[in-house]
Amino acid sequence: MEQMNIVIVGHVDHGKSTLIGRLLADTGSLPEGKLEQVRQNCARNAKPFEYAFLLDALKDEQSQGITIDAARCFFNTAKRRYIIIDAPGHIEFLKNMITGASRAEAALLLIDAHEGVQENSKRHGYMLHLLGIRHVVVLVNKMDLVNYDEAAFLKVKTDYQAFLAQFGLVPAAFVPIAAREGENLAQWGSFPLAGSAESARMPWYTGKSVLDHIDDFVHIEDNTTLPFRMPVQDIYKFTAAKDDRRIVAGTISSGSVCVGDEVVFYPSQKRSRIKSIEGFNQPERRTAVAGMPVGFTLETQIYIRPGDLMVKAYPSDDVGRSSSGAESLPSPSIVASIPAALSSSSGIERASALSLSLPLNVVPLSGTTFKVSLFWLGRTPMVLGKAYKLKLATTRVTVYLKEILSVMDASELQIEKNRREVRRHEVAECVLETLKPLAYDLAVDFEDTGRFVIVDGYEIAAGGIVVGQLATETSAVQTYKAQRDASWEKGLVEVQTRQVMLGQRARAIVFVGERSSEMGKLLEKHLIENGRLAYYLGRASVLSGLGADYAGTLAREEFIRRLGELAHVFTDAGLIFITSMYEFDDAELDILTVLSQPFEILVVTCGLNPLSQRVPDAQIEDEVTLEEAKGILTRLLADREVVPEYFL
Amino acid sequence: MAHLDKLEAQSVYIFREAYKDFKQLCMLWSIGKDSTVLLWLARKAFFGHVPFPLVHIDTSYKVPEMITYRDKFALEWNLNLVVGQNEAALKAKETFPDGKIDRIACCKALKANALKHTLSGEWPRKRMNHETRALEYDTHTDPYTGVIVGARADEEGSRSKERYFSPRDKQSDWDVGDQPPEFWNQFKTDFAPGTHVRIHPLLDWTELNIWEYIARENIPIISLYFDQGEGKRYRSLGCYPCTTPVESTATTVAEIVTELKSGKFANIAERSGRAQDKEDGGGLESLRREGYM
Repeated sequence: MEQMNIVIVGHVDHGKSTLIGRLLADTGSLPEGKLEQVRQNCARNAKPFEYAFLLDALKDEQSQGITIDAARCFFNTAKRRYIIIDAPGHIEFLKNMITGASRAEAALLLIDAHEGVQENSKRHGYMLHLLGIRHVVVLVNKMDLVNYDEAAFLKVKTDYQAFLAQFGLVPAAFVPIAAREGENLAQWGSFPLAGSAESARMPWYTGKSVLDHIDDFVHIEDNTTLPFRMPVQDIYKFTAAKDDRRIVAGTISSGSVCVGDEVVFYPSQKRSRIKSIEGFNQPERRTAVAGMPVGFTLETQIYIRPGDLMVKAYPSDDVGRSSSGAESLPSPSIVASIPAALSSSSGIERASALSLSLPLNVVPLSGTTFKVSLFWLGRTPMVLGKAYKLKLATTRVTVYLKEILSVMDASELQIEKNRREVRRHEVAECVLETLKPLAYDLAVDFEDTGRFVIVDGYEIAAGGIVVGQLATETSAVQTYKAQRDASWEKGLVEVQTRQVMLGQRARAIVFVGERSSEMGKLLEKHLIENGRLAYYLGRASVLSGLGADYAGTLAREEFIRRLGELAHVFTDAGLIFITSMYEFDDAELDILTVLSQPFEILVVTCGLNPLSQRVPDAQIEDEVTLEEAKGILTRLLADREVVPEYFL
Repeated sequence: MAHLDKLEAQSVYIFREAYKDFKQLCMLWSIGKDSTVLLWLARKAFFGHVPFPLVHIDTSYKVPEMITYRDKFALEWNLNLVVGQNEAALKAKETFPDGKIDRIACCKALKANALKHTLSGEWPRKRMNHETRALEYDTHTDPYTGVIVGARADEEGSRSKERYFSPRDKQSDWDVGDQPPEFWNQFKTDFAPGTHVRIHPLLDWTELNIWEYIARENIPIISLYFDQGEGKRYRSLGCYPCTTPVESTATTVAEIVTELKSGKFANIAERSGRAQDKEDGGGLESLRREGYM
């Protein structure tokens, strides 16, 4: 049977339990005799029967090990089975509400007609928008308490519509209901247990019942017609199990791809062609489409990483941004002057968002600076300058809050400017900056690659969506370096003096590739034997000493930063600093380059060239002997005048 | 996509996230249908391989056929099988079948404690040696920080509140009231030293989905689930002193699917044959907090 996950949200006491109990009863989804049993219990204890008691009764039962469970109730209509996901209304449980809602395809949002729009009505409305729930029906409940008065209904409807319009959420409908009485829940005759008819008490309401509305929801089908996107989740080679396939694994988030297609990996823009689609216990595939978990082998061995975004190559790759595309603005300061309302006009109207009109050759955005709308859940506020971890699709990078454009209280959407921090349960439009460029899309175009979470310490502290791209003149690394240099305590000796004394130019030399450490050590020995002062520092040495606190993926960039700082200290001391790494990408080498300035870094690749754009200063092929390698390195040092030629 | 394909895709995604983010990862294998489907999904995720150890807690009261089945497939599928046991309790005969303690206390000793100390590496672990085809004491004693478990949300109350990635503190405790948010497909993969994370790739599956998938994939499943001619079969596998078979003549996966869909079991709880569930009046949550799977 077809299924749909549905979440029911709303302010505390606006009638969620009653609605759920009533839906279960009216659709005949309760265990046999349950309704009678609860009614009798109520009669015995001389208290009026409430549908909400049904939920409590189910909770009691489930704790005794019976299948129905209150956190995930099921009810069936003639059309399909609905799974109701638990979503508590109290603000303390907001993260539970988010967890529940982000697993749902549709939402029913309850507002008490008598109390009107409350804090969590607004907050939950905003969360549904941020989470990208596209099917929303607003139920104006407890119409019995306002004498089924149309004006009361219209008042709530108008108020709430105006609120939702601020961020462009358009519900499928507003339905006046009285959950306790069953008014407008189910249509006449469909469900024999239903106490309701087309409401005799609200003849002015001519729309559909709640169940009719949710039955009308169409499953958001897999985005197979959109441009192809697959965030690379991992790269596998199970050599120990005697499997030589190098498999690029991930789940296709949109579009489709075939064996033989040329693909590009962002942000590095490395290219290759799909050689095969791999799988276990499945027929051979030539095509793979959105939603499928897959593995590809490629025709060429290119160096890619988890977090890269795989896209299909088209002849004119550099054109074709959609009209909803990037705000290509020169600097964030200009963006700051744009009203926050722009974010809604820049199109987060979900229903029309994933437009089929997106040209297939739309390339992802890439860069280090982008504008987002985020919701902060962290116990401590989000502050400028602190390092956080960004998880966007399969990418994990260090991210900084660069600028707060505006902060809104999620329940009021009151906009505050000039804030220095984002506090718990607040929504902020802000600019984030990463050290390394990453590939992403705007949430309006692609959901999976346009939304993210932020990790503070060990906890997920925010969720958000990307609303724009920004260009920056100075990167975060450059800013960092300028601050470092400004506070550097200089000695009385100029580096020039040291270089003259040592008869060499201070340089950082970086070896990349399979034989990189062998080559690095070879060069160090060769230089020392010739009276130069060089020092080789391998990855393991950095990790076990200065990097002893290394942990997790965040630390990769921190490791690069520390390596860059070491390169800076050694070169500032006049030395030739040598390091090696099996793999470095262009962005990491860029960071090392900036951190080592004013001294140049020289990059020597060994074997398979893992770099994409950067041209290495020298290349040592696999088959080269040590003697030949020494020759290549000597020539490089002479050409770049690192060491006067006659010394070597 | 069909519903089973979606479930499979989500499970595979969770497996790959776990494998990427946890250096000390393992998976619990109870030999039952759920954890065997879990094992199959791991092979889906990793293209036929299972690149982390499978931990089995042997209470010594498992139906013997379960152990035969376990070792057969461990060898056949090249699995890194790790077995843990509460050797002290068994030696001292501190068990329910020995009449010393009640069912719940027995579960706690032979399952929860054995699991906790096997995961932490404090108690000896045995590992399948594929050369000698026998279990040998393992020299590797690092604690596992990511533990993949085949729990399903529909099994019983406490499990419905689970996350896909569910943190446990130093005492293996589960704080039901304060769980991390899960936005879309972003999970909690960062954790403080000394804590660990339970990972639940099967959270969204129902008992029926499990059987439908076994049928679709033709997964070899232990014969205890089928009627052997006595009009009885196991619906849920556990220790033989505490698990009774149900009345059923289902001899094939297809017959089980029919039975669950429309037949006699459509409205009866899966674990109704597990005696310990009844004894404690819903107190599984307390055991679960302590690490009982």
